[in-house]
Amino acid sequence: MTMAAEPEVGKGRLRKEDARLITGRTRWTDNISLPGMLHMAVLRSPMAHARITNIDASEARQAPGVLAVVTGADVADEQGSLPCAWPITEDMKTPNAPSMAVDQVNFAGEVVAAVVARSAAEAQDALEGIDVDYEDLPVVLDLQEAIADDADLVHPDLGTNKSATWIFDSAEAGTGGNVDEAIAGAEVTVERTFRQQRLIPAFMEPRSVVVDPTGEQTTMWSATQIPHILRLMLAMTLNVPEHKVRVIAPDVGGGFGGKLQVTPEEVITFLLARKLGRPVKYTETRTESLASAHHGRDQLQKLTIAARRDGTVTGLKVELLADMGAYLRLVTPGVPILGAFMYNAIYKIPAYHFACTNVFTTKTPTDAYRGAGRPEATFAIERMMDELATELGMDPLEVREKNWIKHEEFPYTTVSTLTYDSGNYEAATARAKELFDYDGLRREQAERRQRGDTVQLGIGISTFTEMCGLAPSRVLGSLSYGAGGWEYGAIRMLPTGKVEVITGSSAHGQGHETAWSQIVADKLGVPFEDIEVLHGDTQSSPRGLDTYGSRSLTVGAMAVLSAADKVIEKAKPIAAHMMECSPDDLEFSGGKFTVRGTDTSTGIADVALAVFAAHDLPDGVEPSLDSDATYDPENFSFPHGTHLCAAEVDTETGQVRLRSYVAVDDVGKVVNPLIVEGQVHGGLVQGIAQALFEEAVYDESGTLMTGTLADYLVPSAADMPSFTTDRTETPSTTNALGVKGVGEAGTIASTPAVVNAIVDAIRHMGVNDVEMPCTPMRVWQAIQGGAQSAAGLGAEPGGGMGSIDPEGGAR
Amino acid sequence: MIPAEFDYVAPATVDDAVRALADAGEEAKVIAGGQSLIPVLRMRLAAPTKLIDLGKIAELRGVREDGDALVIGAMTSHYDVMRDPLIGEHAKLIAVTTSTVADPQVRHRGTFGGSLAHADPAGDLAAPALALDVEMVAHGMDGKRTIPASEFFVDYFTTALRPGELLTEVRVPKYTGWHAHYEKFNRVAQAWSIVGVAAAVQVEGHTIKQARVGLTNMSSVPVRAGGVERALIGQEATPEAIKTAAEHALEGTMPVADGNADIAYREHLAKVLTSRAVTAACR
Ligand SMILES: Cc1cc2nc3c(=O)[nH]c(=O)nc-3n(C[C@H](O)[C@H](O)[C@H](O)COP(=O)(O)OP(=O)(O)OC[C@H]3O[C@@H](n4cnc5c(N)ncnc54)[C@H](O)[C@@H]3O)c2cc1C
Repeated sequence: MTMAAEPEVGKGRLRKEDARLITGRTRWTDNISLPGMLHMAVLRSPMAHARITNIDASEARQAPGVLAVVTGADVADEQGSLPCAWPITEDMKTPNAPSMAVDQVNFAGEVVAAVVARSAAEAQDALEGIDVDYEDLPVVLDLQEAIADDADLVHPDLGTNKSATWIFDSAEAGTGGNVDEAIAGAEVTVERTFRQQRLIPAFMEPRSVVVDPTGEQTTMWSATQIPHILRLMLAMTLNVPEHKVRVIAPDVGGGFGGKLQVTPEEVITFLLARKLGRPVKYTETRTESLASAHHGRDQLQKLTIAARRDGTVTGLKVELLADMGAYLRLVTPGVPILGAFMYNAIYKIPAYHFACTNVFTTKTPTDAYRGAGRPEATFAIERMMDELATELGMDPLEVREKNWIKHEEFPYTTVSTLTYDSGNYEAATARAKELFDYDGLRREQAERRQRGDTVQLGIGISTFTEMCGLAPSRVLGSLSYGAGGWEYGAIRMLPTGKVEVITGSSAHGQGHETAWSQIVADKLGVPFEDIEVLHGDTQSSPRGLDTYGSRSLTVGAMAVLSAADKVIEKAKPIAAHMMECSPDDLEFSGGKFTVRGTDTSTGIADVALAVFAAHDLPDGVEPSLDSDATYDPENFSFPHGTHLCAAEVDTETGQVRLRSYVAVDDVGKVVNPLIVEGQVHGGLVQGIAQALFEEAVYDESGTLMTGTLADYLVPSAADMPSFTTDRTETPSTTNALGVKGVGEAGTIASTPAVVNAIVDAIRHMGVNDVEMPCTPMRVWQAIQGGAQSAAGLGAEPGGGMGSIDPEGGAR
Repeated sequence: MIPAEFDYVAPATVDDAVRALADAGEEAKVIAGGQSLIPVLRMRLAAPTKLIDLGKIAELRGVREDGDALVIGAMTSHYDVMRDPLIGEHAKLIAVTTSTVADPQVRHRGTFGGSLAHADPAGDLAAPALALDVEMVAHGMDGKRTIPASEFFVDYFTTALRPGELLTEVRVPKYTGWHAHYEKFNRVAQAWSIVGVAAAVQVEGHTIKQARVGLTNMSSVPVRAGGVERALIGQEATPEAIKTAAEHALEGTMPVADGNADIAYREHLAKVLTSRAVTAACR
């Protein structure tokens, strides 16, 4: 006799995958070792822009243990062009994107040659025996200079550094008024330009790939977020039959969008393994990862906001330049465009214009990074709301409140055409204010100002929303995206009553195995422990569109749920047959079919066993309960929240200390509060890192100066305040579980909260912006009213270089 | 990343290590905790053909008293330095500075002598060593000699150690009863100093009797802030007096610009942090 179990959904279960992930007792790609496996190392261009005039690899070919040395010329015919799946406009300019440069390199870090040897050490040693002659080409580093008439060109054959311009205009779309009229007739306008610095995803596990060509199917293990897309793209790029390729993403140590890619190294490893007929492994170093794995952000944002004196916003104009880097990778051009739908954020903006020009430079390509387009948009609009409030002499929360969509106005169709299904900005804000002691901190701020304290206090606000759960296939189609946005799920009922759940989502740290188990446990009434979630292998999980854009729960889990429904439907006639009743008399709950009004029942496990035996099934019933489903969402999901940050600025040094941070998020129904909490914490740190610490810096010759983790400052727990988090719960009305995505929310929300707090602390000293990351020097210089020093490490050795002595250590 | 191939020896005595170094010649390198050397090898910025590991030499580890001085073995780990009762009592500045170095993992492997021999201008331990007038004891084939801290740090990553010489001990005069503070300024908790100020003071009543101040990363070598020291002596330990004295902090400095700080900002920081370091030391 089982008791009515407490529902799994909503329980803060510890994650079932954690023990193996944390102890490392699992299969990361780099742990894989196959019989006869060879090792690859790659030579990368130190030059940002140059013609390759000669490569002499004769010495490397003779080096001990070396089996093959290849250059771009050797693979030119078979390497194809790395895919870009998002042609945002019909006339978008797309350069050819070789995995290995053939005659020209376009960013420092591009692969120019590869060595395969018996050991990783031998492969690495042999790289020193390759001599490449380069002929300098002018570097293109600055976005504005790149689009000037006489600019040097990254790809001379394209005739321009402009890849595409994408425009949305509410007057043309019929969703709102004409923004230029709104600006011309405005009582108040504020114009600002913000720089979204270049960031590096900096996932913990470097990228790694193993290719085994010895089976009928060539198997690729890769530290990727997208095994399914990778297989398809390998087939399309390399002209190999899709059914001859199997891709496995084993346990993957983080991605943040950085592993949403088809990488040059994957392609090169594939080609070399095929050529040699033996398994080949390649694992990048941290420095290679920082220099060559795709970067994120990097935009110049010009915003003009128009408003009435009472604070009502009447128009918003957004003009962007977005740095693509040297090539268009998988979704590079679409990233800034995703932001187009988010600048209007939670506000009712009657006239809106968005224009983005995508620009080539001789830098590492950019692409998706946690939030992808939405953090940039959220940052800019949330900064603007503070600037507008200052201009109007209003409290920044009051200006927001005046313009936001009220809870009774949902569903609400925005000026940028999205329909927000649900939300309650008032509730989240009220809760955040309460937890933060908003009024108390404002009092302290006034008091410190009056006292002329060297430490000034600022309060930063971010009332954000975001669109996630990518995405309705129809919407993606209308944006010319190269794929749909559905997801696949399946359930296998094993004869012993245990359950295998197959998902097309590809977890790389999110906790799918736990959350999916909780959902299926409730649905099928089987114990949490009796469920195994299979993912990340195109053989066991045959279809899928993988994990990114906070889509796994809102899309992937819905497919699993709907497969589970089908299992129950299939089981019903069999259970009825077993109990000699009509299927119509059955109800299913807690894992049991019960004849209505009696206590006769049959468990789903009994049905599974009966199906396995198949001795006595009703006529015409197939002996299987297994089911699958593909779910295409009808809409995005729109998590939202109010984040409040209190920052102390040491006005003598410019040092910023976060004193408190309150995040009240509304992610709809919560499957596992512990996982949600983890996503929020990690997300906050990543967003705060953009505000305070991280920046990919290039010197004037296009060399990445932040090529180690001593220079690219990823913060640790020691650099963070203790977060205060809470939730309001407004269920999504778009999906059966009422859930919204949470994977990116913290990152999207936190950056403007922090910068707003810093500016708020020192605004009375004449400061109205500090460029990110808000380093102590930038903050101090802003206070001095001096020109902001451009970022960039000096050529001389010094503090920032840490103990890495370019000359090789103590003499 | 994988270093280039090298031979490895781990001698058991200083004499054996000195001989091994002499035998191997120019292409050899000494490895202590490896916390600075290993990254350099892995990035192939250096490719010595032989590493001589000092890790097995027991006589190089530990702290002892020798009359008016403490003797710190070159191979004493940061962790042991931080917790050593003799250092806590007689050379507190070294203990408090060491506690700001890196993180617990690095502090368990990195060594006092390795840090000083490495002579990173952004490294934290050279400034207190200079301020406290320590002496470096070096061993080579020609025997043993003593180098005052003021002559030891020559340039970026360059010391007065001659080829074939090992740093074996550091002799620290006793500063019993002195107060000390190291004011380290950086952007994230686990990072080298943008600027650091080491201050030790002897206070009687409210009067500063003696002061020792050293600056990190304000030149290619650590800088002794003699002007500040002189201006502090005999002053009441008030914030105003200390601030005035700290105005001398730039004497003898030659800072460079990098991504974290341009020259003007570094100079500004040096003054502010000197004032804070001395103020904190006096408390
Ligand atoms: C993540 C990280 C963070 C760090 N943060 C800081 C920090 O905040 N502040 C700071 O000051 N340091 C920092 N360090 C450096 C750390 O303190 C090192 O331990 C120290 O700089 C070198 O000591 P070591 O024993 O590891 O020397 P090694 O790396 O073994 O050697 C360094 C150099 O000194 C030479 N050498 C070593 N010992 C001797 C000897 N006895 N005689 C002659 N030559 C010798 C070696 O040949 C080598 O060239 C950090 C290091 C890491 C990895």
